[in-house]
Amino acid sequence: MIQTLTSEAAEAVAAAEAAQTVDELDQLERKALGKRGFVAAAKKAIGALPPEERKGVGRAINGAKASVEDAIALRRTTLASAQRALQLEAERMDLTEVPIRPEVGHGHIITQTWEELEDVFVGMGFRIAEGPHIETDWHNFDALNIPPGHPARDGFDTIYVNHGQPGSTLLRTHTSPVQIRTMLDQEPPIYIVAPGRVFRRDTADSTHMPVFHQLEGLVIDRNITLADLAGTIDAFVTAYFGKSFPSRLRPNYFPFTEPSAEYDLRQADGSWMEMAGCGMVHPNVLRAGGIDPDEWSGFAFGFGIDRLAKMKYGVEDLRDMFANDVRFLSQF
Amino acid sequence: MRVLLSWMREFVPGGFGELEEQPEAMAETLTNLGLVVEGVEEIGNSWDGIVVAKVLELRPHPEADKIQLVDVDTGGAASPAGEPLQICCGAFNMAVGDLVPLATLGAVMPDGLEIARRKLRGEWSNGMLCSAIELGEGEDADGIMVLAGSPEVGQPLADALGIESDVLFDIDVEGNRPDALSVVGIARDLAAKLGLPFVLAPIEVPSSAPDANTLASVEIVDQVLCQRFGARVVSNIQMGQSPTWMQRRLIASGQRPINAVVDISNYVMLELGQPNHTYDLSLVPDGALRVRMAKDGETLTTLDDLERKLASADGVVCNGADTPIGLAGVMGGAATEIDDSTTSVLVEAAVWDRLTIAKSSRRLGLRSEASTRFERGVDPYGIERALDRFCQLAIELCGATVSAGRVLADGGVKPAPKVDVRLAAVNRLLNTELSLDQVVGYLEPIGFETLSRTSTDLVVQVPSWRPDSSIEADIIEEVGRHHGYEKSGRRVPAPSQTGQLSPTQRARRRVRRAYMAAGFSEALPLPFLAPGDLAAAGLDEHGISLANPLVAEESVLRTSLLPGLLKALAYNQSHRVARAKLFELGHVYLPSDAELPVEEEWIGAAAAGVDAAAAVQLLYQVGEALNLVGLKIVNKAIPGLHPTRAAEVQFRGRPLGQVGEVDPGVLDAYSIEGRVGWVQLMLAPMVQALQSPPKMKAVSKYPSSDLDLAFIVANKVPATDVVNTLMKAGAGLVRSVELFDVFRNDAIGSSSRSLAYRLRLQAIDRTLTDDEVTSARLGLVAAVEKAHSATLR
Repeated sequence: MIQTLTSEAAEAVAAAEAAQTVDELDQLERKALGKRGFVAAAKKAIGALPPEERKGVGRAINGAKASVEDAIALRRTTLASAQRALQLEAERMDLTEVPIRPEVGHGHIITQTWEELEDVFVGMGFRIAEGPHIETDWHNFDALNIPPGHPARDGFDTIYVNHGQPGSTLLRTHTSPVQIRTMLDQEPPIYIVAPGRVFRRDTADSTHMPVFHQLEGLVIDRNITLADLAGTIDAFVTAYFGKSFPSRLRPNYFPFTEPSAEYDLRQADGSWMEMAGCGMVHPNVLRAGGIDPDEWSGFAFGFGIDRLAKMKYGVEDLRDMFANDVRFLSQF
Repeated sequence: MRVLLSWMREFVPGGFGELEEQPEAMAETLTNLGLVVEGVEEIGNSWDGIVVAKVLELRPHPEADKIQLVDVDTGGAASPAGEPLQICCGAFNMAVGDLVPLATLGAVMPDGLEIARRKLRGEWSNGMLCSAIELGEGEDADGIMVLAGSPEVGQPLADALGIESDVLFDIDVEGNRPDALSVVGIARDLAAKLGLPFVLAPIEVPSSAPDANTLASVEIVDQVLCQRFGARVVSNIQMGQSPTWMQRRLIASGQRPINAVVDISNYVMLELGQPNHTYDLSLVPDGALRVRMAKDGETLTTLDDLERKLASADGVVCNGADTPIGLAGVMGGAATEIDDSTTSVLVEAAVWDRLTIAKSSRRLGLRSEASTRFERGVDPYGIERALDRFCQLAIELCGATVSAGRVLADGGVKPAPKVDVRLAAVNRLLNTELSLDQVVGYLEPIGFETLSRTSTDLVVQVPSWRPDSSIEADIIEEVGRHHGYEKSGRRVPAPSQTGQLSPTQRARRRVRRAYMAAGFSEALPLPFLAPGDLAAAGLDEHGISLANPLVAEESVLRTSLLPGLLKALAYNQSHRVARAKLFELGHVYLPSDAELPVEEEWIGAAAAGVDAAAAVQLLYQVGEALNLVGLKIVNKAIPGLHPTRAAEVQFRGRPLGQVGEVDPGVLDAYSIEGRVGWVQLMLAPMVQALQSPPKMKAVSKYPSSDLDLAFIVANKVPATDVVNTLMKAGAGLVRSVELFDVFRNDAIGSSSRSLAYRLRLQAIDRTLTDDEVTSARLGLVAAVEKAHSATLR
């Protein structure tokens, strides 16, 4: 009987190994191991055997069953993976043929630069202040120590708007009125930057636009000195450009600061690049902002956002940034 | 201001020492004083290889009419002395025996041209004879420069002309430093910075009777117009050209030589910063001058031969008959102009009101070297020196005689201020530890005299030539300039606050990103519109106008983002980008009765080639990204939008903006092809919404059931209202409602349509039974039928 079992098992194992499909294997499994299979038949026959033989035959039945089961499982795995391979091959795609239509918009480089600048100054402990684009003559000029008739007013190429008394209302020519609004709004200490849109009566060319963007900084605290001014711009430059540059602070003139200065960076070719106009806040400006110049001192600085964007992204003509051409916008 | 080193040196005995050999270092010193050097030009060194040659013979070129052959003697400089050297020359103005400049082989001309031996139509040219312009000297290009006097043949040209090498600094003088619009002003600052003496030597003017006051007089009628007025009488002038050295200085400084008297006048202005004017004395009856404001409608022909219509805000100098003969501080009149026949002049040096001159020159569009200086403020006590210097040069260069005395009149002269300076304030602002002696040491060389001092404070007299200085901070700047800003060191202050963005600033960033995620790129249209742009966009045409627009096309401020974005779409279409999708977050400007117009921030989005449905899709996508729960749209006609494809966007019961398609008529006006989807939303309500983050609602762990319901609903009922009814009626059970099908047919009729919704029902705490779902369905159907007169299909 054991011999019969062994040969039947060997036959089933051979059949399993030869099976070509999972279906075939399923049939074989039912035939060999099902209710009418040779294993079941052998189990039934075992009762008729003398007790001393039953143990050996039982073992043989189990061994035969296991060998057939193993053979089927092994074959099943082989066939399944072949079948999956076939299916996967049938699903083959050439990914280089996929049409590319990215549906993502792009932020304007001026906004991107603006936000980067905000982030740098927030990291330095500054808040971001804002003000209206249409300003009073007082906020834009008088309060900044530029009284009517001051020659500096000429240099601003101011655009006035028809609102209120003639000459009383204008499109701000710089972000400096935000200094005044902040001082009137808030007690010192003050640490703010004011990025914003400004307006000049300028014909558009490669370096000028009637609308452009500036960032103004204002710090007012006790014992603020020229050293704090230079150090703050240093820290900003290092954070923004990711490295430090040799720099110099040289005297300059602005009506709203005294002493006034220009902060220059030395470029790789040894030439100096004007980075920021700056200075210690003029006592008249502090007073216009309701701050006692004997108790508090401060500094202010300002520079163009558009110019930084131009440098960073290699834009040569300022007008390109304002043409709203999708072929330009989608590059950044 | 262009200033020559040699000219400055006249006021610095002993010169600038080694620094004179290092123009770049000198430029840096000037820049560090706030006198920014924009260019340094070394003069006179560029004539290496240019020598004096003598014309021996002139011969026609055998092959060319416009060139002649010139044999020159180079005195051994380029060929053996006395032997002819052949040069080809295109000029014919010289004669045998003339001495001319010759650029020898290898010489490099000021414009960079290197002289080489070359053949012109078969004849060798062994160098180049030079015109003045080729030498970088003046504008006279009429021919070869023929040298006057008797320079030695073969001598280097620079030596022959007595030209020393010089350095020209081009300095950008800021508006607060009128004193630095002069050679002495710059020299004073530079000498002080270098610790060198600066000397303005007294001027002796030999003069004779009669006294000028018997030959001329001045009356200041309007005191505000004129602070001080002075004049001298100079006679027996031998008119002619000014000497070469003066012409060279004037040209280098950017002035054109005219004649000796005008040149002297300009020279004095450049040297001392005091503009001055010369009248032909014979054309001023009795030498009488009156200074007053002009009368409206008066006219004056100025030196440029233009008749100027004057206004009451202009200042004038009149003759004794009260006829204007000069525009105060801006330009003289043609009637009293000096010319070659002039023998006596009245030279005037006055100090005019800054504001009047500024307004006058702006109104007349007439800027002159004089008006530039008067606007910024000249030294009211500098006029005597300027007059004397003029006389001194007139005697020296024109053989003139000068009448004794000066005609002087004081108007509204304001004394220069005295300023209290606290040492502690100086050191506090500059972060220095200067002593009072050091402070005084910086101030006195630049004319800020110490009137008195204690151990901690000074009283300083501001010099009359520094109108920019009047308070302590101004004096501190002077100390800082001369001590050096760099010595203040650098440190970073530590704010006690934390840095952060405001809710609005954070909201802007999220809003922008939501539009970008939806495929829209950010545009920055200018806010200026042409007068018809708003009307063309179907909007109210009453925007705020600009009082002084540069061009009419940019003379109105936008009240909506629509025109700007439409222009941008049109621009892109004209560049073959048919389907641009752009957004802008920007200000609109609305008229108001308040002190300032109203400014609102809006986000506009425009997409070419898509319809209103895509705009609604964008709206909800942005709403989802920003968690704007409770967005609602209400069909409504909206100016500028398609009359039957527009809706108002509401949020929490208030208007938030508009959505739809742009009116086809508007698109025609902007030359845009295809449809344009449009969404415009106000920022402020979104800022508020973003400040309160959504609170979590528990997610049910139990199975859900889906239910499809289709109703016949009248067209006038918005599909979104049915959604709201279903959500409300199924409160607690209905998780979501989605409109999945809309159709119309004849059976339904033209006034209604079928709306099919898919609802998901789910309880938070249990599995719903079939009975519950059935009874919920009945309730939902009944609610919709009742609320909207709908019927279940």
